[in-house]
Amino acid sequence: MAIRDYIRERFFPHIWCPGCGHGMVLNGLLRAIEKIGLDKNEIVMVSGIGCSARIAGYVDFHTMHTIHGRALAFATGIKMSRPELKLIVPMGDGDALAIGGNHFIHAARRNMDMTAIVMNNRVYGMTGGQYSPLSGYGTMSTTSPYSNIDHAFDVVELSVAAGASFVGRTTTYHAKQMADILGQAIIHKGFSVVEIMSQCPTCFGRQNRLGSAIDMLEHFKENTTPIGSKAKQKNPDLIERGIFVQKKMPEYCSEYEKIIERAMVTVHHRDRRGHREYN
Amino acid sequence: MEEPKLKELVINRDWCKGCGICVHFCPKKVLELDDNEKAFAKRPEDCICCKLCEFRCPDLAIEIISSRGTARRAPTKGLLL
Repeated sequence: MAIRDYIRERFFPHIWCPGCGHGMVLNGLLRAIEKIGLDKNEIVMVSGIGCSARIAGYVDFHTMHTIHGRALAFATGIKMSRPELKLIVPMGDGDALAIGGNHFIHAARRNMDMTAIVMNNRVYGMTGGQYSPLSGYGTMSTTSPYSNIDHAFDVVELSVAAGASFVGRTTTYHAKQMADILGQAIIHKGFSVVEIMSQCPTCFGRQNRLGSAIDMLEHFKENTTPIGSKAKQKNPDLIERGIFVQKKMPEYCSEYEKIIERAMVTVHHRDRRGHREYN
Repeated sequence: MEEPKLKELVINRDWCKGCGICVHFCPKKVLELDDNEKAFAKRPEDCICCKLCEFRCPDLAIEIISSRGTARRAPTKGLLL
């Protein structure tokens, strides 16, 4: 199947701005899914609110466009009722870590089999460029016109600390790595977090004088490095990308299945005993 | 293995928004923007079918059709691309 077969072509061209990184995430994600060879009916995509959340409208899977920050909560419900489906939950940086911060850490802690994608463009683009928990100290935004004094979350460290069993980071510039990490995250049995640094030339780029989408991609190229590279030792400011955590842990739905079996056995025994006593 | 040859470089002009990412990052400088700010293949003979333009296009507007075919199946484990 070509990636064209996975999209709802009638909604194209999409609403994202020229050069928006979210389109590149969509591109990488479709390539990952195509390479794995998943069927459209096996996948559920659940999104929240924001530019990033519009991605669910463009893919021809089972999709749900839900409320702000609560995509993981809805996805949890779907996965619990239909554990055989593959859940993919793309979120923006504000969606995942401000409004949905609590859902995020608890979903990671439970280790339910789903793939959370944080499309990190460091800004609330749809509402006009307000700062998000990933904007970072010293950045300019509509709500920090004299520069931001909030420090940013490190999505990777946060996810690792919260207990996610797969954690990766990449950028939109590294398109092949993005498709590769997303593919591995989808295959991974457990809660996977993939942070994709994405460019918003319209809001974040303009307010922070970062130039065009092309300049922002060059910035990703120059300021990131593979995990454990020599370049990182020389320049600690470089952002590492790659797979940080990939470990086997008991998955929530499988564990829940065991609890159901245990409970059924107990109930069965009790019923038989009750039946004997009655006689 | 034989080098892949370009059969067709398809650009969907209705979807292209002229961001210029494909033009800038093409290692062989095959693509350019026309007067309507849409990408087109200026030097298709130089294309090496690396597909970086296709992979990076935010608008899913580019498709490289090469002699080696477009839809190769990959194993589900290990490196996917």
